This record gives sequence, structure tokens and C-alpha cells, in this order.
Amino acid sequence: MNGFPILSAMMLVPLLGAVVCLFASASSARKIALAATLVDFALGLVLWSQYRIGGDQWQFRESVALFQGFSWKLGIDGIALLLIELSVFLMPICIGASWKSVEKRVGEYMAAFLLMEMLIIGVFTAQDLFLFYIFFEAGLIPMYLIIGVWGGANRIYASYKFFLYTLLGSVLMLIAMLWMANDAGTTDIPTLMAYDFDPAAQKWLWLAFFASFAVKMPMWPVHTWLPDAHVQAPTAGSVLLAGVLLKMGGYGFIRFSLPMFPEASAQFAWLIFVLSMVAVIYTSLVALVQSDMKKLIAYSSVAHMAIVTVGLFAFNRQGLEGSMIVMLSHGFVSGALFLCVGIIYDRLHTREISRYGGLSINMPRYALFFMLFTMASVGLPGTSGFVGELLSLMGVYQVSSWVAAISGTGVILGAAYMLYLYRRVAFGDQKNADAAAMPDLDAREIAMVVALAIPVLWMGVYPESFLAPMRSDIAALEARVARAKPAGDARFLAGKPTIQTHAEHEGAE
Amino acid sequence: MHSILIIVFAPLLAAIIAGLGNRALGNTVAKSITTGALFLSAALSWPIFLSFVSGSAEPSVTPVLHWVQSGSLNFDWALRVDTLTAVMLVVITTVSALVHLYSWGYMDEDPDQPRFFAYLSLFTFAMLMLVTADNLVQMFFGWEGVGLASYLLIGFWFKKPSACAAAIKAFVVNRVGDLGFMLGIFGTYLVFNTVSIPEILAAAPSMAGSTIGFLGTRWDTMTILCILLFIGACGKSAQLGLHTWLPDAMEGPTPVSALIHAATMVTAGVFMVCRLSPMFATSETAMHVVTYVGAATCFFAATIGTCQWDIKRVIAYSTCSQLGYMFVAAGVGAPGAAMFHLFTHAFFKALLFLGAGSVIHAMHHEQDMRYYGALRKKIPLTFYAMMAGTLAITGVGIVDVFGFAGFYSKDSILEAAYASASSSGSFGFWCGISAALLTSFYSWRLVFLTFYGKPRWSQSEHIQHAVHDAHGHGDHAHDHDDHGHNHGHDDGTAGYHPHESPLSMLIPLGVLSFGAVFAGFLFSHSFISEGTGEFWKGAVAFNEHLIHHMHEVPLWVKWAPFVVMLTGFVIAWNNYIRNPKAPAAFVEQFSVLHRFVYNKWFFDELYNFLFVRPAFWFGRLFWKAGDEGTIDRFGPDGAAWLVARGTRYAQKVQSGYLYSYALVMLLGLVGAVSWVMVR
Repeated sequence: MNGFPILSAMMLVPLLGAVVCLFASASSARKIALAATLVDFALGLVLWSQYRIGGDQWQFRESVALFQGFSWKLGIDGIALLLIELSVFLMPICIGASWKSVEKRVGEYMAAFLLMEMLIIGVFTAQDLFLFYIFFEAGLIPMYLIIGVWGGANRIYASYKFFLYTLLGSVLMLIAMLWMANDAGTTDIPTLMAYDFDPAAQKWLWLAFFASFAVKMPMWPVHTWLPDAHVQAPTAGSVLLAGVLLKMGGYGFIRFSLPMFPEASAQFAWLIFVLSMVAVIYTSLVALVQSDMKKLIAYSSVAHMAIVTVGLFAFNRQGLEGSMIVMLSHGFVSGALFLCVGIIYDRLHTREISRYGGLSINMPRYALFFMLFTMASVGLPGTSGFVGELLSLMGVYQVSSWVAAISGTGVILGAAYMLYLYRRVAFGDQKNADAAAMPDLDAREIAMVVALAIPVLWMGVYPESFLAPMRSDIAALEARVARAKPAGDARFLAGKPTIQTHAEHEGAE
Repeated sequence: MHSILIIVFAPLLAAIIAGLGNRALGNTVAKSITTGALFLSAALSWPIFLSFVSGSAEPSVTPVLHWVQSGSLNFDWALRVDTLTAVMLVVITTVSALVHLYSWGYMDEDPDQPRFFAYLSLFTFAMLMLVTADNLVQMFFGWEGVGLASYLLIGFWFKKPSACAAAIKAFVVNRVGDLGFMLGIFGTYLVFNTVSIPEILAAAPSMAGSTIGFLGTRWDTMTILCILLFIGACGKSAQLGLHTWLPDAMEGPTPVSALIHAATMVTAGVFMVCRLSPMFATSETAMHVVTYVGAATCFFAATIGTCQWDIKRVIAYSTCSQLGYMFVAAGVGAPGAAMFHLFTHAFFKALLFLGAGSVIHAMHHEQDMRYYGALRKKIPLTFYAMMAGTLAITGVGIVDVFGFAGFYSKDSILEAAYASASSSGSFGFWCGISAALLTSFYSWRLVFLTFYGKPRWSQSEHIQHAVHDAHGHGDHAHDHDDHGHNHGHDDGTAGYHPHESPLSMLIPLGVLSFGAVFAGFLFSHSFISEGTGEFWKGAVAFNEHLIHHMHEVPLWVKWAPFVVMLTGFVIAWNNYIRNPKAPAAFVEQFSVLHRFVYNKWFFDELYNFLFVRPAFWFGRLFWKAGDEGTIDRFGPDGAAWLVARGTRYAQKVQSGYLYSYALVMLLGLVGAVSWVMVR
């Protein structure tokens, strides 16, 4: 796209759409929003097809100096590309999910979503430190409104909790950014990614960024905003929150913490590992005892995100690539699971698991797709969840078998709580007459779940499409952090080839 | 060798068509497509197997699709065919095709048939992917795929709470094993820098003597890798400790039990150990572990089998026990014998299950053997089939003349265990001999309780239902007058007439009976005789010495299985034909022992106590006391409380009275001045 500012265009389209939606009637607002998101999706496909794998690290660069060294600087690498694709893919589904269920203030609702999309793309494309910060923080506002205005009964509490948590981390990040801009003399992210900060200062900077990303991720113990936010948010809000917003934390670690502060990252890897291991077991067990569907899936998200963080701080190829795949996969799968909850919520207006049961009988199509996404969430090979988990855990195993083994219990516990959920919703006999009377998926819903099923299976069977664009970027990142790479606890010692097989078993245990 | 693509993917395609088409296609079309696909696969598999038997085929790998490349980690979808795969191919496709056919009859009245057949075909596909895997990750794909199919089929009658619970249990317990498998894959990649099975096997011997850290302890590299992988095998093959899901899996329809929980899926663990036998061979410790676990399971499961009443559970524990035999063989370094027993077992165990299904079908879904009896004359063809299966599993045969299938394979395992002359080997031998006695006892007990004696059907609720449905519609008044109303029949039949199964069920029984009778005799030469290397072509690592010693064991070792088999038969005959009161007397005398065994050594209770209840308890604790009681209380809610509290104080200070402001101003001024002065 010689010179055409496609990234700016991808941000402009939803922005314009948002403005128009504000003044449009309910039914036309829906159509405008859908059209805008579909156009953006189309642009996203163009972006993907034009992205040259193995080309420059940063492509589609745009730069307009604004004032005081602050500039409108955009550009993407393979990592950002994939996350943008995820976002523009999920967006039309979000609009579709709200087609019928949102009836009040439709124009404003659609505008909030479109604004959200613009800001998300901004986060993943920004190449200027402060531009990134603005997008990163501004994203809070539409989400805050979506939860606070269109949410459930306890929406005000949830939206404040969401806002307070995420803002707290951001303040520290801003201070760190100011210090960095001052120290390095630039706000250009690619330059900063190659800049070597003093290791002593790195520690503080890392912690400041960590405060923000850990909340976004969310990591244990700053995860408690997530279940509330999910439970109260409308379906599309949950899809967006789980699908994309949580990925900003992981993106932050990949883009800032690891390349800018490699030494500090290695130093604090233990902290990440401990928090993640706790998260896997803790939140999985909490998920097991939930009676609210959305809360259950929200807690499972925390457990899955913990797999992302352990992979990121494994400092090797499999860990990093695995984490990216887990993020993408979780975007599709958890989005799909929240959508599945939304579909039956629209019919019965309750998230209480025990109010359902036996849906396989009256909603066989729904049961099929719900099963598929459940299995993807559990990490069944052949679905996207597996590839990510395998790589991520394989990466971290090379650093610490403890972390891999304990995080690996997630595959057991994950199966337990997801299948237990599925059993209570879709299996069993039809014990509630109103649940038994629910109609199966309609065409709109089928279109959405099928759209989500395709990438889930695609990524599971042929993940190369997703691994290839980011390969060189991950390689660069691996090279960048290589100097701080931890040794790993395996400490493999080769045997002496002369010794015969009988002698060596004394030392076996 | 492109027929392998059809063999593997035809079932997948059929599953997708039948599953998605479901009601739109209708029962007959869906059933025809899946069954047809399976017969096609079976028809293409036998030539491959026979070409390996005749020695004319060479191992091959058919690439399908690139899968994952991440740094030096690189693996593809590919289909490997060698002798080991060929054996599994015929076992899987043959049994699966027959089970598909059988299900036409067995599931005839089920309202949800396309789904059932789609699951069966999906299972077959996953199992075929498992056995054709060229790398550990694809093996894991098949491994989990069969787990999914097993979960879906156990829970096929999802309205039954017990079926749902059993399905979840099967999946989750298997996942425990899978974690071991995954860690094994990770460790293997760490050490070998590849997950390709041939490369690992080639490099394994060079790892001798190396050590590696795992969970803070130091291990011999190959020992820990093999043990981790073996944990996975234990899960899938229901070995001691991870076996609890298998008996519960009998909640699924009986054809499923025959296909998945007897002939194929549960043997995946054995297959894995045999496939990786060159790797296991590098670690004596790991081999001992395999042997001990296999031997212990073999004995333990056989004891439980002796006092179960549910006909399917008897066979399920029997399966568990037979899998133990296979691990003993693999553990003492005779994977050929393990695979041979896997091969013969697939036929006779599928036969026993399908026969049991035929009995259940005849007895209107009654599974409790206490309510059977005297069925020999009513369903003679089923009876003959069950007899063939029983003769095979108990290992009836005369050395050097002829024997039923189990005779060759089981004896070869016991001989190998004896010949290995290691401590684990002799443990395996003695456990195996004891289990052979128990096997003979519970197998004949099953036959005698089911087919001999007097009818005891009238006690069965299922039979009463059937009788009432048949006779009771006209006269409702009669139905209510008493519960044990036998319509004038006091011979224990309750007026019920068992009917022989339809042809679609009898044909599979016939074919499998043939296998149970002749499979051992026909193929023992290929699998286990000396110079068998030509058959295996390096697909498994066996010990040529051991094979040699196997054929030179003392005569009493060769005859011991025959003797215990006869003993078991006599005890069963005595207890259930000659003197039917004997079992009750025995139970009374050894009530503690009986309770222990009858309750399956209390494994379920133990696991509930150790894992299930604590998991829920901790979940609630973390949620209520952790998230809500601590993090929220001192985090956001605490902050909100502080702000609210703080503003209330701030509010008080801003009273609006001029004098109070003046006082504060004065105090401030005094403070400031004194600060300056003191400084």
C-alpha cells in the first residue's frame, strides 16, 4: 500500500462511525456500526495480505511530528499485526452480539464500541511512548461506560472497581515513561526497545510497568476486578474485554518490559512465576465452585493468562511464541464462550448455571459449538488452545520444571471446571421448563459462532499462518533478552559414553 | 502407500458428515456412511498388515501437513506405517467396523443414532492418528482425541447423571496422566531437541549415564523421561492408581465399551510403551517401574473382578487386569509379547463385551448377573460366542498343539517374565500366575451365573418392566395388586422370554469368535517366535536373548498357566454349579476381605477424600476468604472505605464557622513560626 496510511485509516473509520452513530437512530446506528467494523475488518485483511513476512521489522510506518517531540507515529511488527487482526475480527461479532440485546441508547452504545476499536488499534500501532499511553488509558473510558451504563444490576460497583484498579497501575507507568523519555532523550518505541537502561534503574521502571500490565492481564492478586466487570458487562463488553483488552497486558510485557528492561525482567521472573503458579491453581479452584457462568469463565481467563505470563518470562522461542498463541487463542475462545453465555442469557435472562440443564436436547447446535469452545478452552489438541499451551509450557519447562509442572495442573483443573460447567448446562435432563423451551441458534447467532470456530480450528491444525508473521520479531526479542536469559533448572549433564548401561543406575534417584 | 490416507481420514469425513448432517440425513444414511467408511478402512488395512506379516512391506511415512515450527521445535502431521502401526491398524479398523455393524442392532431403538455413529467414527479417526504418529505431539493429539471421543461416548446418554459423572471422571483422570505425558514431551524436547519419534529412539542410547534435574531432584535422564511418559500411559491404560475411571466408563453403551474400553483406546498406553521401547530399554529403572505397576494392576484388578455383580464391570476389571499383563511384557523387554497380547485381547475382549451386550439386549437392559441364569438355551448363539471368548481369555490350550488366542499370548508373557530373571520379572510372573487363576475363576463365574443354573429373572426391575409393558397394558388393576406378581410363573422367569439378537449383532460376534479362536494360533509365529526381527523390522526394541530364553523355560512354567486355569475353572464350577451356597458362606467367613475387594479397594473413597472434596473446599475458601475476604476487603473496597471515612472527617473540619477557621489559621501560624525559630 505504497504510502497509503492504512493504519490511520483503520483508526479513522471507526472514529467516524462513532460520531455518526451518536446522532443516528437505533436501527441505523446498528447498521452503521456493523458496516464500520466490517470495513475495518476488510482493511485488516488487506493489512495482513500486504504485510511482508521477513521484511522490515516495522512496516506501514507513518510519522507526523506534532509538538515538542511528541509525534503521531504508527507502525506495526508481526506481533502487533496479529493482535490487530484479532481485534478487528472480534469487533463485528461484538456488534452482532448486541444486535437485539441492547435496546437503550443504542447510538451511544455503538459509538462507545467503535471508539473502543479505534483506541485498541491505536494501542497496538503506536510507536510513540506517550501516544501509546494515551490510547492505553483512554481505552478505559469507553469500557467504563459500557459496563456502567449498559451493564447488569451491580454495574456501578463493577465499573468503579474496574476503573480504579486499572488507573492505579497506569499512574506509576506514566511516571516511569516520563523518566525514560528524559533518560533516553526520545519517545520513539523502536529506539527505546534497543536502548540499554541502567540495570539499577530498570528495576524501578520494570516494577512501574508491571503495576499497569499486571492489572490489565490480570495477574493474581490484582484480578478481582475481572470477575465483577465480566459479570456486569453486557455480552459484547465481555467478549471485547476478554478477547482484546486483556491482551494489552501481555502486549505490554512483550513490547516494553522484556525488550526495554531485560535484566530487570530476568531478575523479577521469579515474581511472575510465583504469581502465575498461584493464579493457575487458585483461580482454577475458584472457577470450580462458581454458580454464575460468566464468573466461572472470567476466573478461567485469569488462569489462562497465567500461562501467558509464564511463557513470556521463559526467555525462549517456544515460550514467547506460545504465549502469543495463547493470547490469540484465548481471544477467540473466551470471546466465544462469553458469546455462548450471552446467547442463552438473552433467552432466559439469568447467568445462574442451575437454571439451565439438558440444553443438548432442545439446542443441539448450540451444544455442539459450546462443546467445541469448551474443548478449545481445555486445550484439546487440534484446537488453538493446545498449540499455545504446549509451546508456552514447553518453553517454561526449559527454565524451571517446577513452574511447568505446577502451571501444567491447569490442564487438569481446566478440564474439571469446564466439563463440570458443560455438564450442568448442556447435559442432564431438562429440569427447568423455561430452559427446555428455549429455541436453538438463529441465523445471526450461527454466523457468529461459526466465524469464531474457524480460527479456533485453523490455529489448532495449521498454526503456521499465525506463527509465521511474528517469527522474526520473536527471534529479535529472544536475541534482545538473550543476555539475561536464566540458566534453567534442568542442568543436563551428559554421561560418559564409555560407561555401560548397568553402572549408571546407582545415581538414578 | 496412499491407502493410509483413506484409512485414516475416511472415518473423520464420515464422522463430520454424520455428525453435522444428523437428523437431516436420517438414521439409515448416517449409519451407512460411517459403517461403510469403517469397512473401507478395514478392507484397506488388512493388506498392509498381511504384507508386513509376509515380510514384503517396508516402513513408510506419508506427510500430510506442516504443523508447528517454533525455533528448533518442528513437527508435522504425518502418517507413519511400520509393523507396529500395521498391527494396530487391523485391530482398530476391524473391531471398529464390527462394532459399527453391531450398533445397528444394539442401538436400534435409540432416538439419537447419527450422533452415536459420528462419535464412533470420530474415535476411530483419533485412534488411527495416535497409532500412525511420527512424533510425540501427534501421538498426543490422538491421545487426547480418543479421550474426547471416550468422554462423549461415556456420556452419550447424557440425561443420566451417572453417565455424565463417569464421563467427566474419565476425562479428568486421564488428564492427570496427560500432564505426565506432557512433561515427558517437554523433557524429551529439552534433552533431544526434537519430538520426532525415530530421531529420539535413535539418540536414546547415547544418553546413557546422563543426568538431569527435575523438580529439584537429580535423575538419570532416560529414567525420568520414561517414567513421565509412562504416567501418561497409566492414565490411558487404566493402570493402578489411575484406573478408577475405567469401571465407571461402563456407563456408556456396550458397543462403546467393546471398542474403546476394551479393544483399542485403553491399549494406547501399551502401544506407547512399545513404540518407545528402544527408549525405555535404555533405562532399567523405568522398565522395572513398568513391570511392577503392570503386575500389581494385573493382580489387583483381577481380585475385584471376582466379586462384581454387573456383567460389564466384571469384564471392565478383566480388561484392566489384562492391560497389566501387557505392561509386564513390555517391562521385562518383550514388547512383541505385549503387542501380541494386545492383538489377541482386542478380539476376545471385544467379543466378550459384545456378547455381554447381546445378553443385556436379550435381558432388557438388565446388567446384574444375579438376575440372569439359564440363558444357554434361550440365546444359544450368544452363548457360543461367549464361550469362545471365555476359552480365549482363560488361555485354554495344549502346549505345542493348539490353543485359543489368549493361550499363546498370555503364556508368552508369563514365560518372558520368568525368563527375564529379574526381581521385577519374577514379581510379574507370580502376579501373572495368580491373576490367571483369578481370571479363570471370574470368567467362568460369569458364564455359569449367566448361562447355567436356574432363571433368576423375576427379581429384576428391568425384566418386570418389560413383562408389564408386554402384558400389563390391558389390566391395570392387576399391576397394582402386588409387586412380586409373576403372572402365574413361579420358575423365576417372570414370564419373560429372552430373544436372540438380530443378525447385525450376531455377525460381529461370529467374526470375533473366529479371531478369539484362531488369532493366536495363526500369528504367534510372527509376533513372538525366535527370529521375529524380520516381522518387527526394528519397530520395537526386543531382547533377542529374552526371546531365546522364553522358549527354554522349565516345563512347569509352561504348564503352570494351564494348571491355574483348570483350578479357577473347578472353583467356579464348584461355587456356582455344584454348590451355589458356597460363595455366600465364603463371604460370611471372610467378610472384611470381601468388603475390601467388593468396594474396589476403596480407591474412589480415597480419591474423593484426598482430591475431590478438598478441591471444592479450597475453591470456596479462596473465593470467599481470599478474593472477597482479603483482596477486595483490603484492596478496592478498603480504599473506598478509607476515602469515605476520610471525607467524613474532612467534612467535619469544614464547619463554615469563621472562628474555627481563625483558630486553625492561628495554630498554623504558630506552628510555622516556631518551625522557623527552632530551626
